[in-house]
Amino acid sequence: MAKRIDVSGLSAYYGSHKAIDDISMTVEPRSVTAFIGPSGCGKSTFLRTLNRMHEVTPGGRVEGKVLLDDEDLYGSGVDPVAVRRTVGMVFQRPNPFPTMSIFDNVAAGLRLNGTHKKSQLNDIVEQSLKGANLWNEVKDRLNKPGSGLSGGQQQRLCIARAIAVEPDVLLMDEPCSALDPISTLAIEDLIGELKERFTIVIVTHNMQQAARVSDRTAFFNLAAVGQPGKLIEIDETERIFSNPSVQATEDYISGRFG
Amino acid sequence: MEITKETAPPPPAVPAAAAHGRRGVTRPGDRIFSGLSRGSGILLLVLMAAIAVFLTVRAANAISQDHGNFLTTFEWDANTTPPVFGIAVLLYGTLVSSVIAMAIAVPIAVGIALFMTHYAPRRLGGPLAYVIDLLAAVPSIVYGLWGALFLVPHLQGLTSWLDQYLGWTVIFDQSNPGTAPRNLFTAGILLAIMILPIITNVSREVIRQVPAAHEEAALALGATRWETIRMSVLPFARSGIISASMLGLGRALGETMAVVTVLSSSDKLTAHILDPGGGTFAANIASHFGEATSLGRDALIASGLVLFVITLLVNGAARVIIARRKEYSGANA
Repeated sequence: MAKRIDVSGLSAYYGSHKAIDDISMTVEPRSVTAFIGPSGCGKSTFLRTLNRMHEVTPGGRVEGKVLLDDEDLYGSGVDPVAVRRTVGMVFQRPNPFPTMSIFDNVAAGLRLNGTHKKSQLNDIVEQSLKGANLWNEVKDRLNKPGSGLSGGQQQRLCIARAIAVEPDVLLMDEPCSALDPISTLAIEDLIGELKERFTIVIVTHNMQQAARVSDRTAFFNLAAVGQPGKLIEIDETERIFSNPSVQATEDYISGRFG
Repeated sequence: MEITKETAPPPPAVPAAAAHGRRGVTRPGDRIFSGLSRGSGILLLVLMAAIAVFLTVRAANAISQDHGNFLTTFEWDANTTPPVFGIAVLLYGTLVSSVIAMAIAVPIAVGIALFMTHYAPRRLGGPLAYVIDLLAAVPSIVYGLWGALFLVPHLQGLTSWLDQYLGWTVIFDQSNPGTAPRNLFTAGILLAIMILPIITNVSREVIRQVPAAHEEAALALGATRWETIRMSVLPFARSGIISASMLGLGRALGETMAVVTVLSSSDKLTAHILDPGGGTFAANIASHFGEATSLGRDALIASGLVLFVITLLVNGAARVIIARRKEYSGANA
């Protein structure tokens, strides 16, 4: 079930360093929202606050609210482990479990959730691999290690692993930056299909990619190195790339940044 | 991901012919260094060959004069005429004490390593590592003295308890209840303490090398800390932990002084590990060498050769275990 994300007044810290400052935004269900901005502007940090992965980093700490539909992810008594089971994540570099087979990689999250019945696992693994457009390439070698696949296949395997547990939201942190153009295209097509079922947030350095895949785009920026990153604006992707309301956005998009 | 690259198998070395086939400027520095490194490699081979030849020649001499069966005889009377000696008790004692040591030390060492890398607050990690290094710095004779004077009397209670409640397993049955525990069990515990630092330190380094990306993969799926360790950390570190354990086993197999001091050695071979007596290769050599005749020394050398072979086999087995699941090891991630 895709859910709406509602962020208000969110700041994140690494120890005493403030990485992002007072961010508020709404992400609609069954849509793709892209985060763009220069390196160090905090867009990945912000993404990681949406599934409470930020606090895994030593010294990582968050202030503010993230509502998933009506539930505050940072409410007292909310278990971060439970949050991460409903908000899936795909990382910059494909990171399948190297010691597991392709099948076990996809089944890993299901097993964590207590699904152990073989027939059920078989069904969901097949569905998920089909959903990630990987099934035809791996159906004959499900018991081979996932690390033997190509980079693009590994990334789709990671997507299959993330969607197997039917998350409410799918976060993608520069999912194509380690891939060649053909694999990138495959992932972008896949994102277009996945948004029918999930709320998708994607961080990207590639502005053409943001323009191609997203419905809405958020631009982040920082005043200077060492300053916290801020959300400059968020709007319909078309508008951001044609007629943004803030000058800084236009400068960044047209390459006049810095 | 830098770490992954480091753990990846090194690229195949350039064939020597290719390296030398290219004619060009030869710099004296290159020549000297290549000579030195080649010399070091050859020196190692020569040393190994010399040790092997020495051991084999002297061992063959002793075994040919043995009036008992070298493999199955219990006694070690190499100085008498006719000489009767065999390694049955030593082989058994060495293996049993080392297995006990491994059974105790490996789980504790992996536990300490995980605690230091994943659970302990950072300011506790440093002092803890220091204490473990300190444990490695204690000379083995000091362990032996501590074992004999402290551990033996204090293990009396545990020994009696094991005899009373687990005596039915035969292993923990004491033939004469109440005898001082100068037995293989105590030796095993002492060995466990001695091999703990090396297994802990190597395991800790291996566990540190687990790429953060693997752990994040598990965390992002909603794995708890323990599940993350089970899914990402331990599988990746598995072969390294096996290597660490083998290093510890090597030390346990060859440990001498601590066993000599704790064990009351005898020719007895018994499944009752709480009964005093038994012996190990290294301890037997240490306690017989001073009074040995020429043949007696050769006999001890023969037993040393067996220890050498066992250690080789253990290392070989470890390599097989590691290689068998290499494609899953994570080194190629």
